[in-house]
Amino acid sequence: MKLTTPLGEEVLDLTAGDRVLLSGTVYTARDEAHLKIQEAGFPFNPKGAVLYHCGPVIQDNAVVAAGPTTSARMNALTKPMLDAGVRGLIGKGGMSDEVVEALRGRGVYFAFTGGCAALAASCMRLKGVHYAELGMAEAVWEIELTDMPLVVGIDSKGNNLFKR
Amino acid sequence: MPSPFFETVAAAVERAIHDAETELPADVVSVLQTAYANETSSVARGEYENIFANLKIAKERDVPICQDTGLIVLYITLPPEIPYSAELFEAAEEGVRRATVSVPLRPNAVNPLSRKNSGDNCGEGIPAIHIRPGEKFTVTVLPKGAGSENMSQIKMMLPSEVDKIPEFVADVARTAGSRPCPPIIVGVGIGGTFDTASALAKEALLEPIDQMDDFEQEICDRINELGIGPMGLGGKTTALAVKVKRGACHTASLPVAVNIQCWCCRRRTVEL
Repeated sequence: MKLTTPLGEEVLDLTAGDRVLLSGTVYTARDEAHLKIQEAGFPFNPKGAVLYHCGPVIQDNAVVAAGPTTSARMNALTKPMLDAGVRGLIGKGGMSDEVVEALRGRGVYFAFTGGCAALAASCMRLKGVHYAELGMAEAVWEIELTDMPLVVGIDSKGNNLFKR
Repeated sequence: MPSPFFETVAAAVERAIHDAETELPADVVSVLQTAYANETSSVARGEYENIFANLKIAKERDVPICQDTGLIVLYITLPPEIPYSAELFEAAEEGVRRATVSVPLRPNAVNPLSRKNSGDNCGEGIPAIHIRPGEKFTVTVLPKGAGSENMSQIKMMLPSEVDKIPEFVADVARTAGSRPCPPIIVGVGIGGTFDTASALAKEALLEPIDQMDDFEQEICDRINELGIGPMGLGGKTTALAVKVKRGACHTASLPVAVNIQCWCCRRRTVEL
């Protein structure tokens, strides 16, 4: 199934285990970016936005390597993002029950294979950067995706592939 | 003007880092292929397919396999004619600085408290450099990512708990769950002191992973019963291999260190 950002109510039809090819703009955000956004606000429109838990390698205004980081580090920082309208999260390893509940009726968590940084970069074009002062790994990079292969890890109905 | 010795070492370190970051060793690819062949879950199979596609793209584009290019750990063997010197350490650090630009590597080294990033993957005690005497002058690089390193543990067990070692190692893997990018490789250091047990566990990750002894296989089977699977999405293989290194220890001690490594087990040895 193909999806394009910004995401709308179509994400509510997704079920954990569904494979998705995602296109459109996503924003990288790790620990520091989440803290910065809570303090200084979103540097982009959060309605329907997708956050990618990723600290990429960037060189010469291009994405060299950009696999996902461990999403669990953002467990306690995620609810305010969803409250602001974010509908999609991309990361690895899944998230807490609190986030599963916060996604209910609103959005989904997409799993991308950890370590697959070259594959991810091959689907990406760099559009810009926000909060660059946080450094390469922690800044908010604005990236255009073309058909990034994802699996729905947690859906908007409480189904969670990481919980067995 | 750097000496020829300095240049040789810096260039060798830079090359070893480049090769380690962009192409996995044959034994690691082989165990990943075996795990894929044995997997029946379609979601888990999809994860392996992404892994193989990624390895191909990284090689073709000459870019890092994973964006967490790690902290650089170096193992150097010195033949009798090469002196142990400050220049050797300085040259190794220079190799890391050059690789940071040329590979490129993500700058990962920060001050532990201020979190200020040095920008060049060097800092106090980093790269970690381990030097031993040997027959040949070799540099082995083990880039270590944080996702798996963060899930590592050490336990000062009781001498009466030898039989409980497999249970402890499996518990570390269970606690780690999806976070260290499974399927994982588990380095176990048994014995030594508090610090050398951890060093043994990390050195175990340098061993070929396409073979295991009975003890290692027993622990590996126990971990695979957990069903965590690739990326925690469920599957038959949670650990690709368990490798154990042993050291003598105090009669009153049984240190056991478990160093977790993600599927992207990067290492490369260059001979000078």
